[in-house]
Amino acid sequence: MANRETDEVTGVDTTGHEWDGIRELDNPLPRWWLYMFWAGIAAAVVYWVLMPAWPGVSGYTRGVLSQSDRADVAVALKDLQTIRGAQAAKLKNATLEQIEADPELQAYAQAVGQSVFGDNCATCHGVGGVGAKGYANLRDDVWLWGGSLEQIHHTIQVGIRSDNPQSRMSQMPAFGRDQMLTSAQINDLTEYVVALSGRTADAAAVRRAAPIYQEQCSACHAADGTGDQAQGAPNLTDQEWLYGSARADIQGQIWNGRGGVMPSWQSRFDPETLKALAVYIHSNAGGQ
Amino acid sequence: MTVVIDRTNASKRGAGPVSAAAHARKSADPGGGLYKPRAPIYPKLVHGRWRAIKWAVMVVTLAIYYITPWIRWDRPGNLPDQAVLVDFAGRRFYFFDIQLWPQEVHFITGLLVLAALALFLVTALFGRLWCGYTCPQTVWTDLFIYVERLFEGDRNARMRLDAAPWSFDKAWRKVGKHAVWLGIAFATGGAWIFYFHDAPRLLHDFWTLQGPATGYVFCALLTFTTYVFAGTMREQVCIYMCPWPRIQGAMLDTHSLQVTYRYDRGEPRGPHKKSQGWEGRGDCVDCHQCVTACPMGIDIRNGPQLECINCGLCIDACDEIMLKVERPKGLIAYDTDAAVEARAAGKPAIYRLIRPRTIFYAVAFAAVSCLMVWGLATRPTLDLHVLRDRNPVFVRLHDGAVRNGYTVKIANRTFYPQTYSVRFDGPAGVILKTPGLEAAGDTVAVTVPANEVRSVRVFATLPPKALTAANLPAAFVVQGGKAEARAKTTFLSGAANAE
Repeated sequence: MANRETDEVTGVDTTGHEWDGIRELDNPLPRWWLYMFWAGIAAAVVYWVLMPAWPGVSGYTRGVLSQSDRADVAVALKDLQTIRGAQAAKLKNATLEQIEADPELQAYAQAVGQSVFGDNCATCHGVGGVGAKGYANLRDDVWLWGGSLEQIHHTIQVGIRSDNPQSRMSQMPAFGRDQMLTSAQINDLTEYVVALSGRTADAAAVRRAAPIYQEQCSACHAADGTGDQAQGAPNLTDQEWLYGSARADIQGQIWNGRGGVMPSWQSRFDPETLKALAVYIHSNAGGQ
Repeated sequence: MTVVIDRTNASKRGAGPVSAAAHARKSADPGGGLYKPRAPIYPKLVHGRWRAIKWAVMVVTLAIYYITPWIRWDRPGNLPDQAVLVDFAGRRFYFFDIQLWPQEVHFITGLLVLAALALFLVTALFGRLWCGYTCPQTVWTDLFIYVERLFEGDRNARMRLDAAPWSFDKAWRKVGKHAVWLGIAFATGGAWIFYFHDAPRLLHDFWTLQGPATGYVFCALLTFTTYVFAGTMREQVCIYMCPWPRIQGAMLDTHSLQVTYRYDRGEPRGPHKKSQGWEGRGDCVDCHQCVTACPMGIDIRNGPQLECINCGLCIDACDEIMLKVERPKGLIAYDTDAAVEARAAGKPAIYRLIRPRTIFYAVAFAAVSCLMVWGLATRPTLDLHVLRDRNPVFVRLHDGAVRNGYTVKIANRTFYPQTYSVRFDGPAGVILKTPGLEAAGDTVAVTVPANEVRSVRVFATLPPKALTAANLPAAFVVQGGKAEARAKTTFLSGAANAE
């Protein structure tokens, strides 16, 4: 029970509560404390008037200041372009080699490239750029269309088998589906390609396939199987396979002659973004 | 309002169980309502030793505050030439020859720990000297009261003025006082922002309205708080808002020097006429000069109190009176509870500055100081961080070789550009490649601008025959100038599941 009494030392009443002999003085709060309370309520009312506050049936009260986060973002994005202006201009005027050699520009290009790559390229090539079956690995030293800065830049610009008139273009025939070769010949060719990559293969089949290879395949993949970057023909002697290294994969590729499509990015990015992307991809592949 | 429990026996002092201050508080409370209006305090000007020291400390601390951002300090290159600068935009803290990066915030922590320990030590030894002399709240309040006196006169004149009806005389004095207060408050807020930007340039930008928005905001904020805290809230800040008066109870003991009314000498108190003798009575003539001088509005004769900031102005006030009534000075003095109690009991007073508590604080202070000095003296000028690529963890090349990618971050904390040799210390036969840089074998040279971090992509390639395990230990060793740093990492090859 509350047992109010007057404290001897201070002359102030206690609250009447006691905890293990400890009592609490019932001092009044300072008046300014009360003012702060009223000021807080007043500030809330002012806020309702100035800022969006109350929900309605169709919309909400906009407030006198018409504050809008959406509009703020638009302004911030515009400001960002202004901030980036100087760097972007430098990027635009520099050659790809200059960008890669200049630490500051390279760092900027890497940052831009990484974000653009993540938004646009990662869907097929993966966030880390290692690709997947049918999608080229951009981190190794094997390039279908060339791995120099210029070649990467050009490929991004025009795309592969894209609707761009300048597009990188090549088409491997569907030797099986279009009945250009028999199943037996394709089986022999498969053994030949396996042998090209340094693996053990059926020697008899390889011997049988040699003339077929020279006749049908060597024009693009070269007589020794090392391929031709100008035509986008992959090197068959290395250990990198776009559509898989297993015999079934190789056989399927000869049968169907698949070829992937990469869009042309020329119309979607400004020149400096294209350059940044090329530098990002080139340097992440170890810089060829 | 909480009150520090009076450790001395109140009845022994003859002052009665209920203190005068408590009576004053009660009478100021109209009808015991929920809220208590502030009882205005009109501290009277005193002269004496402690007042002089307080003036001196005020001038020195204010001078330090206002002048510091204007001290120039030569640093090479494009680095700021401001001696003390908290450069948020550049993420650097400059303090004369010391320069700290955000990663070294532990030095700031150390500084705060040092400040806390110093405060503990001083409080345990001499009471709340910080509160009474150097706390910004005290310094600025003192300055504001000084201005108040210039316009409105001393205690009695101010009380008369406040009680008088409005007149031209009252109006100009009030307006003048508040104008000067606002001016000082603005100068305070204005000086604060100079610590965060190049002072001369900010001064120009500020007045030409080209300054950063944060500058105006913080200037306005500190102008407001200075004006309100030092002008109108004053002792209320100490009593209601500051945690220190509550914490100090843990630092103080009966051997701490505090502003003390020596009741052994003063009681029984009472008015004294010149013709009377001093036998059978105390030295306190109950003149209330100690109360009128007190900026906190308390009566020191009620013993140690939460409100007392230990400023010693009541000592000066009392000494003046003691001189007049021809009694020895020091009826109120910096003294300890233990000494007063001993004298009251007729024993000699003992002063013990060296106590377990003070020894502990001093040792802790010394230890942290040594740690800080050691840390600053051996602060590395080169910082290295190596981040392995995680996606992909490794790349197999056309010939079966394996390549790992690393992001090597080199922080050059010197004021000069440095060229570092970055060496990959791992399996033999490694070949480094860094886009845009010339690499030779296992080493690549990287130039880092003064006082900056450079991040380079380093690719390490191992030929197939060097791939002896899936996980090969490796490290990056960076050397440049007189500094060397080593960061452990690994080379992952996937050899175990190689085709």
